[in-house]
Amino acid sequence: MPLYINEDQTMLRDTARDFIADSAPVKHMRALRDANDQTGFSRDLWKSFAEMGFTGILIGEDQGGLGLGHVEAGVVLEEIGRNLSPSPFLATAVAAVEALKGTAQATKYFSGIVAGETVAALAIDEQAKFRDSVALKAERSGNGFKLTGKKQFVSHGHVADLIIVAARTAGSADDENGVTLFAVDKGAAGLSAEAERLADSSLAARLEFDGVEVTADAVIGEVDAGRDPLNRLLRAGRTGASAELLGVGGGAMDMTVEYLKQRKQFGVLIGTFQALQHRAAHLYSEMEVARAATLRAAQMLDTGSDRADEAVSVAKAQAGLATMLAVQEGVQMFGGIGMTDEFDIGFYMKRQRVLAEMFGDANFHADKIARNAGY
Amino acid sequence: MTDLDTFRADTRTWLEANCPAEMREPVRSDKDAVWGGRDQSMLTPAQKEWMDKMGARGWTVPDWPKEYGGGGLSPAETKILREEMQRIRARNPLNSFGISMLGPALLKYGTEEQKLDHLPKIARGEIRWCQGYSEPGAGSDLAGLQTSAEDKGDHYLVNGQKVWTSYANYADWIFCLVRTDKSVKQAGISFVLFDMASEGVSTKPILLISGYSPFCETFFDNVKVPKENLVYEENKGWDVAKYLLGHEREMISGMGLGSAGGNPLLDGAKKTIGTADDGTLADPLLRAQIALFEVRAKAFNAMSEKFIDDLKAGKAHPAQPSMMKYYGTELNKSRHELMMAAGGSDALEWESERSTNGAGPRAWLRTKANSIEGGTSEVQLNIISKRILELPDK
Repeated sequence: MPLYINEDQTMLRDTARDFIADSAPVKHMRALRDANDQTGFSRDLWKSFAEMGFTGILIGEDQGGLGLGHVEAGVVLEEIGRNLSPSPFLATAVAAVEALKGTAQATKYFSGIVAGETVAALAIDEQAKFRDSVALKAERSGNGFKLTGKKQFVSHGHVADLIIVAARTAGSADDENGVTLFAVDKGAAGLSAEAERLADSSLAARLEFDGVEVTADAVIGEVDAGRDPLNRLLRAGRTGASAELLGVGGGAMDMTVEYLKQRKQFGVLIGTFQALQHRAAHLYSEMEVARAATLRAAQMLDTGSDRADEAVSVAKAQAGLATMLAVQEGVQMFGGIGMTDEFDIGFYMKRQRVLAEMFGDANFHADKIARNAGY
Repeated sequence: MTDLDTFRADTRTWLEANCPAEMREPVRSDKDAVWGGRDQSMLTPAQKEWMDKMGARGWTVPDWPKEYGGGGLSPAETKILREEMQRIRARNPLNSFGISMLGPALLKYGTEEQKLDHLPKIARGEIRWCQGYSEPGAGSDLAGLQTSAEDKGDHYLVNGQKVWTSYANYADWIFCLVRTDKSVKQAGISFVLFDMASEGVSTKPILLISGYSPFCETFFDNVKVPKENLVYEENKGWDVAKYLLGHEREMISGMGLGSAGGNPLLDGAKKTIGTADDGTLADPLLRAQIALFEVRAKAFNAMSEKFIDDLKAGKAHPAQPSMMKYYGTELNKSRHELMMAAGGSDALEWESERSTNGAGPRAWLRTKANSIEGGTSEVQLNIISKRILELPDK
């Protein structure tokens, strides 16, 4: 598979680009924030994502989806990133779908996801920094399980219809095995959600599970063998977050380069200054490298390559670093107006920070690569 | 079995039977690199055997057409050949500026006679070429070059000086930029080929900080160059030069980044620094630097693959080689800095046998030229900002 998007994928990109720029541009996000919206996204917009078929992008055609892959999901996510569109797409249509794929829950939830009625949230973080550890307990209780513990940084966790929860059914927090993934429905007794607005004005919840009872059929896959679906979820989420980051970084870079071509200082366009030209060219290079790494990760997920995990970590780390540079250079080059709320570039900076943190930051992934290489 | 499967099987058998054992050993020093040329005494018997056998099949340049000494292989077959060579860790049979730079330029701009005359000799490693581009007053501002070629009817009379001519003292022929019109800049340059044994050509090696002298000063004193050695048209040499620079940048950008097994950086660090109880490097800051470097190197590997795919499909921006050159060389420099840090005082030994005559520190110093030669990093950034980002000139 060559490392560029093919004709069909290019068409999908053009469609997604027009649709998202039209229905959910940056001002859509700004309006939600200004109205102090308590959902964090627009249900109507999610419905129109469904009408476009995007919600079922990774779901098989036999289950009502488009039956496409991670490259295509990335194409859509990049446009979401470019427009800073608040959307449950990454968590629901990408990460949750991958976790549920091939399990008994797929039939239960996929139709709702395809229809744009079901929104999923991922309850996988227990600390302020992502770690591969799971402490939240799930103890056998009657025919089912009782969940006790806390999760945080759960996007849409307070409004989601389905919450995917990583829980410990055996062993201790840092053990590889003994994890089980559960599908918990909205409104479960003993589950409380405290939604917090984050820096990027999205809403994420701290969840408290106080003996939440679930039946045995809430188990995604097998008991104690939740690493499998959890790893699928993480691989997809990381690759998707990388693609969304590319959109955020690319959007910030485009705005900045345009500005360099218009803004005059000392009577000349600031884009003529070599100091700024070199920084812009360096930024471009970092973004291109991140783009290649992200596309490779997505292609490897689609072909089921055994080297996918490393490619995913490389993508997430490089996309995080490159887009951090993009938003920082953006604010710096815009100067004073880049610091104002009225202007959009600051929103890009805030969204980048959130996505960079999600599913493990660059340091986490570099460390993972190092450990796997034995140092 | 598909044709490609058959090709792979045949290739594997042939390589097993024909690649000498000595040519499957890791490359340890500059002496292990084969450059070919008239002076075959610089080759070991195994080097010569491997170069000759591969050259006879056209496999030193597998994707060139057969009539020019190439293997006539498709891209898929070329890839298989590379994979099969990697499998047995076969060394590159021939390094050559003829292959990486002049060849592509001649294929595009040369006459049929020029192609038939020069390309097969490049493919078989019979003639070693050097590049006459930079001059003392024309480095990054290459088009400012002054070496003149005066029209004398059936020949040009070439006078002037080149500098940083890689291995000019070992080269048989030179591809050279000369000024055929003094009144204009880029549009007054021509691209000519001539024999380094011609009367009036002399070279003088330049000692570098690495202690080696891979570069020379090259002097031309009334050198007669036959008119048929002009490539493309008079005063249009800049087009050829630019095309060739693209190939040079590609070549430099890929230098040393394809790690065929083993990780000398890590091995060095483990040896000098040791590991903590959990198996991680005992110096956590160096470990972090190495890990973040690896992220960038692996991401750039993806970029290199993407670049080749884009080139093949005609999707690459014409200035994309500048980005590859810039990023690849800066990355290579960081790697060698880290290798020096990982090696500690062991990595400082300059002449000991233990250090293979200071291979590490000399390579580290050599990489400092990566972001200067073939257009400095700053020149590449200028090209990216003007041609890709279209930032204004004034």
